[in-house]
Amino acid sequence: MVEVKRLIVLPGDFIKERKGEKLGKNVYVEGSNVFSRVIGILKLSENEIEVYPLSGKYMPMVGDKVVGIVKEVEVSGWLIDINSPYPAFLPLSEGVESFIDSRSDLSKFFGTNDIIFCKISRVTKNKIVQVSMRDFLARKLYSGIIIKVSPSKIPRIIGKAGSMINLIKNKTNCDIYTGQNGVIWIRGDEKAKAIEAILTIEKESHITGLTEKIEKLLSG
Amino acid sequence: MENSKKELLVDGKRLDGRALDQLRPIQMKLDVVSQADGSAEVRFGNTIAIASVYGPRALYPRFLQESETGILRCRYNMAPFSVEDRKSPGPDRRSIELSKVIRLALKPAIFLEEFPKATIDVFIEIIQGDGSTRVSGINAASLALASAGVPMRALVTGCSVGKIDGSLVVDLTGEEDMNSESDVAVAMIPDKNEITLLQADGELTKEELLKVLNYARENCLKINEIQKKVLRDKYKTVESE
Amino acid sequence: MEGKYALELLERGKRIDERAFDEFRQIEILKGVIQKAEGSARVKLGKTEVIAGVKIGIGTPFEDTPDEGILVVNTEFTPLASPDFESGPPGENAVELARIVDRAIRESKCIDLKKLVIVPGEKVLSVFIDIHIINHEGNLIDAAALASIAALTNTRVPKVEDEKTILRGQYEKDLPLLYKPITVSVCKVGKNLLLDPNLNEEDVLDSKLTIGIRDDDKICALQKQGKAFKFEEVEKMLDLAIEKSKILRSLL
Repeated sequence: MVEVKRLIVLPGDFIKERKGEKLGKNVYVEGSNVFSRVIGILKLSENEIEVYPLSGKYMPMVGDKVVGIVKEVEVSGWLIDINSPYPAFLPLSEGVESFIDSRSDLSKFFGTNDIIFCKISRVTKNKIVQVSMRDFLARKLYSGIIIKVSPSKIPRIIGKAGSMINLIKNKTNCDIYTGQNGVIWIRGDEKAKAIEAILTIEKESHITGLTEKIEKLLSG
Repeated sequence: MENSKKELLVDGKRLDGRALDQLRPIQMKLDVVSQADGSAEVRFGNTIAIASVYGPRALYPRFLQESETGILRCRYNMAPFSVEDRKSPGPDRRSIELSKVIRLALKPAIFLEEFPKATIDVFIEIIQGDGSTRVSGINAASLALASAGVPMRALVTGCSVGKIDGSLVVDLTGEEDMNSESDVAVAMIPDKNEITLLQADGELTKEELLKVLNYARENCLKINEIQKKVLRDKYKTVESE
Repeated sequence: MEGKYALELLERGKRIDERAFDEFRQIEILKGVIQKAEGSARVKLGKTEVIAGVKIGIGTPFEDTPDEGILVVNTEFTPLASPDFESGPPGENAVELARIVDRAIRESKCIDLKKLVIVPGEKVLSVFIDIHIINHEGNLIDAAALASIAALTNTRVPKVEDEKTILRGQYEKDLPLLYKPITVSVCKVGKNLLLDPNLNEEDVLDSKLTIGIRDDDKICALQKQGKAFKFEEVEKMLDLAIEKSKILRSLL
């Protein structure tokens, strides 16, 4: 089956009749007809129908790696802002390796406004969200700054197998953590250039020739 | 509604020169409110409606939350300077009613169950009123919702139809509305042939009503095409740079 | 939960109180129940109860209609009528109901407002219809509209002295009524259409189309509530409402 790239679909646009394909994100079915739910780019392959949204809020999915900001230190864990209509909770057991006396002050591990890179570990049907630091990549992020982009642009910012984000990291010598929730943490002397590159990708994510444009921007 | 002293049709044409079945010039623009998650401005002739959408976002106070589904809140308001006789600021009975019917016009199109405990807030401001304000507001809100990435079954489209000086017409101006024998507001999901808003007043026989509803359906389809084009163009223009 | 019970029955073609789908509950109309009002009616639709009172006062006409009297329709969802009604200014449902009834009355031209002028451009009679919900057991709109019309048929215009004072208790004539508009709210549950939903049925409705119909079968008001319905379903709803309106009108 031909991969149809860059075909923009609108909510309600008829995609095709379902012939046993898996339904990816942002499509819905009425009878055997598949439609788009959002404005986005249609991705059709032999066994999956999916639409990549061009806008929208971050909805947490298990397994996503996100950049979060600690909002509140609570008794048994921390409340984390993951840039979503839904707050996340980092339980004590998922945040710290060793045994912690419940009377100790948890803010010495993570304090308000600390930035963390963590994993979404649970999402219930009613959107109660739990995150965990039990991942190879999870860590507290020191210094640096945060920028927020539309979560739907993150795949383009990362690029195929990380090609785009690595290009930016290499050319600017910055440490960059990209959260699937649209929050990006950057640290380094040339972070202004990195930010410009990222914001350009966000604005023009759906056009071709973007990679060349970014390379040019970063070399300048 | 009836004040048939005023002649609204001269030689088969309306006061603004339109044919009976002609829509006013329509303009639609996206992203007019940068702070909003999605926004749009829609003009039908002199009527100007701006809609902005915030959400889905967390809903407080907690007791308003629905644990299994998101809610939709809608506020329709007319600016004091939007009409000839200044309208006192703040909600009046008409705005309260219209806020409700507009909310119900948009709701069937939105996948609210995807956002338990959250809310999607729609704000519509009429900054210039010349008839058909609620349907213009719905057309703008629909664009704003799609633009914000809110998952929808399809777009919602509205238009007004009615009867003036014995003839059935489309897209009434303020003057026509006030002097009409009947005016009917319709909103639908054209892609699904579903009616989501239907209000009428005046005097119509059942046959006239059915005829005028068909008129509405035809024109909602036309307006829907304009909405779709505006959304597609947003991404197309950047593509050609 | 009784609400869900209603849905199960409806899907099997039955209603909780065993009525036919197009059958109204027992209707009771009592006119002239409020002495101090110029007109009044107390209406029961099953257990739903509404009192409408008409008061006539003197007012200044609107600038653009100097030769017409004034009509105002107001409704009060009194807290005693339902655990869901709160004290305070009318909520959106109360406002909507008042405006629907207002449209049914005003747009049908049932009151000839031109006959309510005292001094053209300066003084006219104002007709206030106040609808008080006494018990909410479903279908408030049809009950309220019926009560309003019943009250209007009962209304007498008081004498006016020196073009400025109402002489309460002294009547000049009956309020001239040209028509008796009736509202019938046609409800959709799944594939079924039903009339006069009780409270449990209202909780499970998909949508409702309130149709205001005049004596000559002209449609003078329409208001849709609830979810969407298909274009093709409208005609059936109109036919059902027009047929039923005649029966209701005959009770006035």
